[in-house]
Amino acid sequence: MKRQKRFEKLEQRPINKDVIVKEWPEEGFVAMKSPNDPEPSIKVQDGVIVEMDGKKREDFDLIDMYIANYGINIANAEKVMAMDSTKIAKMLIDPNISHKEVLKYTTAMTPAKGQDVINQLDFGEMIMGAKKMRERRKPANQSHVTNYIDNPVELAADAAEAALRGFAEEETTTAVSRDAPFNALSVLVGSQTGRPGVLHQCSVDEATELQLGMRGLTSYAETISVYGTDRSFTDGDDTPWSKGFLASCYASRGIKMRFTSGSGSEVLMGYPEGKSMLYLEARCILLAKASGVQGLQNGSLSCISIPTAVPNGLREVLGENLLCMMYDLESATGSDQSFSHSSMRRTWRFMGQFIGGTDFICSGYGAEPNPDNTFAGSNEDVYDYDDIHFLSRDYGQSFGIHSIKEEEAINVRRKAAKALQVVFKGLGLPSITDEEVEAATYADVHEDMPKRDKVADMKAAQDMMDRGITAVDVIKALADGDVNDVAEAILNLQKQKVVGDYLQTSAIFDENWHVESAVNEGNDYMGPGTGYRLYDDPDEWKKVTDIPQVIDPEHFDM
Amino acid sequence: MTDIDENLVRKIVREVLSQTQTDQSIDFQKKAPAVTDAENTSSNESAVPENNVDWFQPVGLAQPGYSKDEIVIAVAPAYATVLTKTESGVSHKEALRQVIAGIEEEGLKARVIKAYDTSDVSFMAVEADHLSGSGISIGIQSKGTVIIHQKDQEALNNLELFPEAPVIDEKMFRQIGKNAARYAKGDSPEPVSQPNDQMARPNFQAISAILHIRETHQVVAGKSAEEIKVTL
Repeated sequence: MKRQKRFEKLEQRPINKDVIVKEWPEEGFVAMKSPNDPEPSIKVQDGVIVEMDGKKREDFDLIDMYIANYGINIANAEKVMAMDSTKIAKMLIDPNISHKEVLKYTTAMTPAKGQDVINQLDFGEMIMGAKKMRERRKPANQSHVTNYIDNPVELAADAAEAALRGFAEEETTTAVSRDAPFNALSVLVGSQTGRPGVLHQCSVDEATELQLGMRGLTSYAETISVYGTDRSFTDGDDTPWSKGFLASCYASRGIKMRFTSGSGSEVLMGYPEGKSMLYLEARCILLAKASGVQGLQNGSLSCISIPTAVPNGLREVLGENLLCMMYDLESATGSDQSFSHSSMRRTWRFMGQFIGGTDFICSGYGAEPNPDNTFAGSNEDVYDYDDIHFLSRDYGQSFGIHSIKEEEAINVRRKAAKALQVVFKGLGLPSITDEEVEAATYADVHEDMPKRDKVADMKAAQDMMDRGITAVDVIKALADGDVNDVAEAILNLQKQKVVGDYLQTSAIFDENWHVESAVNEGNDYMGPGTGYRLYDDPDEWKKVTDIPQVIDPEHFDM
Repeated sequence: MTDIDENLVRKIVREVLSQTQTDQSIDFQKKAPAVTDAENTSSNESAVPENNVDWFQPVGLAQPGYSKDEIVIAVAPAYATVLTKTESGVSHKEALRQVIAGIEEEGLKARVIKAYDTSDVSFMAVEADHLSGSGISIGIQSKGTVIIHQKDQEALNNLELFPEAPVIDEKMFRQIGKNAARYAKGDSPEPVSQPNDQMARPNFQAISAILHIRETHQVVAGKSAEEIKVTL
């Protein structure tokens, strides 16, 4: 066939590099509803769920049993399950019914009922739902802070800059797992230099992650993954109970934590049991609820190319975020992994979470260029900052971050690198040179950094763990080096674990260490004119509107 | 004082180890219930019939080897007979040719088996390292994910893992073969370097899922691996 010129060009557009596939329900390749999904049902006898979603108690699998015992508000269950799903769905977008009132119904739904309610909503209605059902009044955001060679000085500088930009949480991980202690330490020092009160985590294997938290080198945890089928669980040598136990370990040490799940993981592991992604995700959300954790990170996450390969994929992703909120959980809503070659599709990936507003719109946003993102690249990275600021300005809508001036970034990056230099010296770790401090101050990518002795760093990181170094040693090193404000910030972070207020749902700190959570700053949205509005928050609005690119018309001169 | 010849010591240690393996592997209880075809078909309805491929011929149950200079390569249930290419577009025949060539370049021999009991690359490599005279094995999924495994390792541990099938080209397959052979010789080779592709997910994640599902369809629980005669 002779090629038509327009079709030839269209074929070359970035969007056509994205892979999309037909639905395959028998293998779970279906977003919102599979013919194999169960119908919602419940039977309660003497306060015990004896039938759930068409299955009798004696036929329950591990996940069913865990959810039925601990996840569902049994007192309201029979009443809610008898209601028409459209009636519950309408409550989500009815401005006359409060967040709290809706929760009385939605926390009593079985997984299949939750799925059915979400299936009644189109994308716009889900946005409306998120507006009201998000736990915290004011949305926030989370960043990734990593680089390809785990350079500690650059990590500290990037962490400081991200904190200054307004991220409430920072998540790091490693290129080589043995670097974990250094990455946690670097982001601890960097984040508290950038803005005291920013929470941070180090995503590594569960045992190391817990230990870093117990030593005060991190202040929250997130990489506690749950799945929607028993086989996906047990393949990783886990059960719902082992995850619940891990959750209680964090709680006992006063460390904030949330679970992680997301559609598509069961398909990718080959065990979706023919169920839709949304149904399986509803089970994951209830697993989190049943474990008593305060929140969940979901929205497909690293499996994002699975739901988005089939019809209704991004509708499903926002749907699972909303369903998490409907079970009274903090929601960290993904948009954290590269998934499309198309800028337009990439933007629409977060539009629902952005316009609806969630507790953490991204989890997280790449605070480094994507090639340095050791989470395999995020949907948004540092080069998108100005696009995001323009969008916030255009729509009067918070993305949880704001523009900063170049000189502020330079100052805070240098300060963080110097603080880490002091800490390394105080703890007897391989020294950080002045040249490295300068490089980190002005760096964009890891190639801008002088080379470090990787083997020596790795050994020192292990040695640091063997010597039992904790946050107290870090505070002492900073104080001995006269970096008193950062020392005090890290000390305050440890005090908060004793106080425990930041274990409340959706908690973050403001710059004065005041907790903002669902308890004291709960979402009060009740339709137009209510709830958090960026354009009615003078300080934040100024940071978004008064940016260096803006032309002042009164003093404009060619 | 007598000089100790390190090579001689190594040789003796290996002889002793292989002797121990022989003792362990005489296990009539285990060998007896070789699964019959009738049992196989009943255990998996979603499997499609395997194609008869001239260069890839089953020649009976896979047996343990005792030659210290062999590497056993386990391929996954759909390999060559149901699916034909990896995600990087390398034909299954070419992928095996390269791995075997890499092994032979280092002066060792390759033996190929087909796993049926699992589609998990780690577990098929474990099956193979227990049959391998050197204790070193390579697992290859149909989509092209590869692992180098050693007998004394936990299943989910490895010597080298190549999780990003879309970037594994002919050259990498050959390097993987070479490295496996060098581990068998007791060397500590530099791991084969892997490119980092930020856009691998949008390009390949859905395709990976499809290929893995189709591979998992071919799994026959409890069926022992087949020895494969490969003609290149």
